[in-house]
Amino acid sequence: MPAEAFANGLRRVGAGAINAISRLGFAARFFAVVLVHSPDAFRRTSLTLREIYFAGVLSLVIIMVSGLFVGMVLGLQGYDSLNKYGAGDSLGVFVGLSLVRELGPVVAGLLFASRAGSAITAEIGLMKTTEQLAAMEMMAVDPLARIVAPRFWGGVISMPLLAALFSVMGVFGAYLVGVRLIGLDSGAFWGNMRAAISFWPDVTNGIIKSVVFGVAVSLIAVFEGYDAKPTAEGVSSATTRTVVGASLAILALDFILTVFMFRGIGG
Amino acid sequence: MNRTAIDLWVGIFVTIGLAAIVFLALKVGNLASLNTVPSYRLEARFDNIGGLKLRAPVKAAGVVVGRVDRIRLDPKTYEAVVALKIDNGYQFTKDSIASILTSGLLGEVYIGLDAGGDTVMLADGAMIAKTQSAVVLEKLIGQFLFDKASSGGGK
Repeated sequence: MPAEAFANGLRRVGAGAINAISRLGFAARFFAVVLVHSPDAFRRTSLTLREIYFAGVLSLVIIMVSGLFVGMVLGLQGYDSLNKYGAGDSLGVFVGLSLVRELGPVVAGLLFASRAGSAITAEIGLMKTTEQLAAMEMMAVDPLARIVAPRFWGGVISMPLLAALFSVMGVFGAYLVGVRLIGLDSGAFWGNMRAAISFWPDVTNGIIKSVVFGVAVSLIAVFEGYDAKPTAEGVSSATTRTVVGASLAILALDFILTVFMFRGIGG
Repeated sequence: MNRTAIDLWVGIFVTIGLAAIVFLALKVGNLASLNTVPSYRLEARFDNIGGLKLRAPVKAAGVVVGRVDRIRLDPKTYEAVVALKIDNGYQFTKDSIASILTSGLLGEVYIGLDAGGDTVMLADGAMIAKTQSAVVLEKLIGQFLFDKASSGGGK
């Protein structure tokens, strides 16, 4: 029956849409509950510090090395393109603007989602699978306050710092390539950069972006972990969903934020 | 990993992270050269501002003395009214000339201030009377071609 098959197809689409919307609603309520339990995360600072260590300190190497290489590649490619127009001296502007506004928050966010977000999801998911969360509730310890909120805030605090470090390493990488390797004038590199990039709005907008990405990645990571099916397969698919969902969320949020932030510039 | 080691590492991480933000603000951005200096406002009217942008520098003898704060069009006279923020440390004479200039062929557009010989200084909110508009390349080429054609026709 083609009509029957058509109705079944529609039904599947409808079920998928309802499921997606109810998960979104659950995630929003989960976010609110995490925020309600946040004071506990700050009252027991040692828990949050431990999460900053796992999410932030252990991500330092990958963030800084990636930033350095992204900056060096930007230096080489940017110089090649700019020099065609005789504007090689503007390399600092090009690299600084692209790192501070876009690449710093976005690439650091993507790396953070895959390095720290996946670990958070896997840890919470495994705790759920091995019924540690249930055991905590039995002992009247709220897992949201004890497990989820510190991980959430550890990520939110780490992310802007990592993004800023990424940008600084990128600028340093571009400096190495542009000034040390290609031989641009060091004064022109820094001077043009400082003349063209202002703290407000360029640097502050980059920081705002990285904070928003930190909230998005941390929320998705803790939510997917908490919502994972308590099986080995469930934890693995939740980890995958964290990386994919957080990466897509970063790119989509980046577009939305950029539209609002930089539409009015230059007017 | 014991407690004090974690505290130490988090302390190091947060410190270099904040240092990175300060570096971005001071070395990459120009926070130091903005906002901190008290300034006063001047206004100037131009027939055409060309590619002048907000926050473009105002220079006197090549030294940056302020920034373009606001640009609007006077709906009556159809002139561009440009508000300039000048550092309090610099005073300019009443007969100063403001002109819109470009550094290099593709460089940034800025406002050049040339001080005159008057003894009275421009006060806060004052209007710069003498201005020189931006040179629009298309108009210049058009004029050049027109001159060329008319001189060629005379021969």
